Amino acid sequence: MKPFIKYILLGALLLFGLSLPQESKAAEEINATQLVMEHTADAHDWHITTINGHAISIPLPVIIKTSQGWQCFMSSQMGPKLQSLGLTLKDGKIYEGSKRVLDISITKDVVQLWIVVILLIIIFVPCSRWYKGKKPSDGAPKGFVGLIEMLTMFIYDDIIKETIPEKHIHKYAPFLLTAFFFIFLSNIMGLIPIFPGGANLTGNIAITFFLALCTMLLVNLFGNKHYWKDIFWPDVPWWLKVPIPIIPVIELFGVFTKPFALMIRLFANIFGGHAVAISLTCVIFITFQKSIVTGASVGSISFLLMIFMDFLELLVAFIQAFVFTMLSSVFIGLAHQGEEEPQKKLA
Amino acid sequence: MPSFLTPDFGLLFWMLLAFLIVLGILAKFGFPAIINMVEERKKYIDQSLKSAYEANEKLANIQAESDNILKEARTRQSEILRDANQTRDQIISQAKQKASAEGARILDEARKQIDAEQEKARRENREQIVDLSVQIASKVLAKHLEEEDSQKEWVNQLLDKINADK
Repeated sequence: MKPFIKYILLGALLLFGLSLPQESKAAEEINATQLVMEHTADAHDWHITTINGHAISIPLPVIIKTSQGWQCFMSSQMGPKLQSLGLTLKDGKIYEGSKRVLDISITKDVVQLWIVVILLIIIFVPCSRWYKGKKPSDGAPKGFVGLIEMLTMFIYDDIIKETIPEKHIHKYAPFLLTAFFFIFLSNIMGLIPIFPGGANLTGNIAITFFLALCTMLLVNLFGNKHYWKDIFWPDVPWWLKVPIPIIPVIELFGVFTKPFALMIRLFANIFGGHAVAISLTCVIFITFQKSIVTGASVGSISFLLMIFMDFLELLVAFIQAFVFTMLSSVFIGLAHQGEEEPQKKLA
Repeated sequence: MPSFLTPDFGLLFWMLLAFLIVLGILAKFGFPAIINMVEERKKYIDQSLKSAYEANEKLANIQAESDNILKEARTRQSEILRDANQTRDQIISQAKQKASAEGARILDEARKQIDAEQEKARRENREQIVDLSVQIASKVLAKHLEEEDSQKEWVNQLLDKINADK
């Protein structure tokens, strides 16, 4: 069948579906907002699916500190356990009275975090073992080690070396490379819909907050004199600095907005990607509730859109990791300006 | 609805732990090996390129040098040949000169010797002739002088002869 005939048929189906009266009222309305929120938020258990109202999930340990001391139990017994401790559960968070308890449970995101960490270690440690006992004249590695080398050197040569002065590279390169691969792998794992992946790790503000905080600390703890002078006494006409320090205030504000933007950018992009993917999935179910025809026509478009979104998210997974690393590198490089010019400047 | 914009302490704690561990492991066992090797390989490749270039240049130099040597050898060869020719000619002409001089000298000597021999022979002949003539004369005189007439006749004859000679 020629493609355009397909499209015509699809359009006809769509129109037909719209013209049909609502046949049946669904037994259970789908709350798309709640679904999206549930899927993108952290949870105490790893929910896989629900069959006939019975949730199938991987139980995870809950570790909390209440006024009665440390408590540790599996999430599968959470309901009765919380009741016996006099705690309440609201929006997935545990409260004692109106105050939140100290909660360091191994949640879904924590498990995902450790999966990513273990994956990173089992990717990189064997790869670097390949180099043991090898001479430069033995040539470049092939296969997977070659891929890892290519990615590593891409970040190292094209971002880190371009922005950070030569003598500081060894200090910052491990963090920037780790951040890149951590974010990249987390993003990729987030795209896998079932168990070893699927948690919205880099779309969680705590994770991006930590990464941005690391960048902020590196920038401000190791920034040189020139960097601080640029903040408090920048090269602008004097009346912009005295008596009202307009520019210094803006610059000082910038110290915090830069990492804040880093945090929000990564969080929003990944969170948004997850939200869109789940929304598109919801569209299928919602339209099928209206009628089978509507469901089939709109759902098929939604399905195609989901495939497109997945490809787009693959791109975003890389771009966001790249952008985070590049901006962190640029900020760190700016804090070392005036010592030794890097070979080239990234815009 | 859970709040998305407040970082959760528990996750933050685990993130700190996990990230520091992975950073520590990768910074120690992961990236340095890869980066160092790639940098070394880069250096090695640069060096190889440089040495290849140098070797090429050296090769070109050697070729030029060998060409030069060959050329020089050729000029030397022709020079030596020319010298040899000259020497040969010289030796030959010298030998010729010497030979002709020697020949002349030998001829001269031979001539002198011949002259001397001739002189000697002539002298001996004369002496013999003188001897013979004296003997003959004495014998003839002895015979002639036995008779007076003949003596007188002979003296007259002699006187006539002398007169005729006058």
